[in-house]
Amino acid sequence: MKVRIDVDACVGAGQCVLAAPDVFDQRDEDGMVVLLLETPPPALEAAAEHAALLCPALAIAVDR
Amino acid sequence: MSETTVGARPDLAGFPTARDPRCPFDPPAEYTELRAQEGTASLSCPVGVEARVVSRYDDVRAMLSNPQLSSHAAPSTHVVAGGQLDRPVSPGSLLHMDGPDHARLRRLLTPEFTVKRIQAMRPYIQRLVDDHVDALLAQTGPVDLVSEFALPIPSLVICELLGVDYADRDRFQRQTAVLIATNSDPAALEQANLEVVGFMTQLVLGKLAAPGDDLLGRLIVRARESGQELSVEELVTLGITLLIAGHETTANMIGLSTLALLRQPDQLEALRADPGLAGTAVDEMLRYLSIVQFGVLRQATGDVTVGDETVKAGEWLVAVLSAGNRDESVFPDPDRIDLRREATAHLAFGYGIHQCLGQQLARVELQEVFARLHQRIPTLRLAVPFEEVEFKDDALVYGVKALPVTWDRAGEDAR
Repeated sequence: MKVRIDVDACVGAGQCVLAAPDVFDQRDEDGMVVLLLETPPPALEAAAEHAALLCPALAIAVDR
Repeated sequence: MSETTVGARPDLAGFPTARDPRCPFDPPAEYTELRAQEGTASLSCPVGVEARVVSRYDDVRAMLSNPQLSSHAAPSTHVVAGGQLDRPVSPGSLLHMDGPDHARLRRLLTPEFTVKRIQAMRPYIQRLVDDHVDALLAQTGPVDLVSEFALPIPSLVICELLGVDYADRDRFQRQTAVLIATNSDPAALEQANLEVVGFMTQLVLGKLAAPGDDLLGRLIVRARESGQELSVEELVTLGITLLIAGHETTANMIGLSTLALLRQPDQLEALRADPGLAGTAVDEMLRYLSIVQFGVLRQATGDVTVGDETVKAGEWLVAVLSAGNRDESVFPDPDRIDLRREATAHLAFGYGIHQCLGQQLARVELQEVFARLHQRIPTLRLAVPFEEVEFKDDALVYGVKALPVTWDRAGEDAR
């Protein structure tokens, strides 16, 4: 799995950090998304997919 | 969903607002039929325009994430008779802004509401909740849980966040309580509004002169350093937006969810037995109650597609969050409270670029209330018959007007 983020689209709702804290974080300076793991291990794939589903700004894409 | 309702148009004179008094937690019954019929219904709204009423989960998400739908009118104006749909958007009015203007302002504020920042507030919120439980237990019931617990907790959290001096917090709480009470008379409301604007202006001027380590202080510094200095007007509007948005919603959620849980003893017992359930429980109750009860209004700025239909530029649409949150295709058995349900994809915080900025704060406040209130007062119960509880049927944010509760004195404190 490969995760892509669109920081320009991000609105900093924090849904991805709650859903997959090992994959996503937020920047201290503006709250925007940080991708911690571009290729999450299998154990984190479901959480990363859930984060993409939750994102209100459609800023996360997951390629299988 | 029965076969006969598919494609059938419910007989609706206008936008549904009336709930069935026998199940005051459920949205108006018409939405079940609206979800089942093809396309969207075009209904006349109290404000005096026709609007497409969007009630299916997927359609609500598609609508609220469409950049061609503008938020310039206030979110619930459609249900306000005599409401103004074309009022100019005042500077700093985050909820009414679109596109780059909105993004610029939201990004200045977002660092204050990150998951990390809000988690750091959790110990403060835990203490606040415990102090208010202590204050309840120091009294002999019945007590109004709304005025003694549900309102002061979020109010004090906002004070802490905005950096309101301790000495001013009583006055601040009194004014904002009038502002968000549904039974305030127009003169008192006007007076409270003036006082809150005056109070916020003084607060902002003080922070501009000497920015401290609080939300407003940091916001002022952050804006200056990025060359986007905010005016007094913008800061006052932002401050009041945060105050109202963070106060009324959380307070109503505390009151209404406590009542709903008292009516579901099996679920309440599960929460009492395992306070760790508070995490999923909060999102489930947000979904189930959807207190922004009339949904949010948008206007098309170009021709757009919602569901399978084309909406023309200029048309109005309402995303009914409460209806989408009862969509059985996403939430099986949607009218049942299941505190173990994974409901985080609910629409109670909205969706799209305006999705609630303070949602992490709301979650933490509600989680601490859910985990502590029933643990520490296990015999908490209604002090009046359920039928006597008054609901805020007309208010834009749903809730209970008061919640008289009582408890057994002996062995009550498990702290």
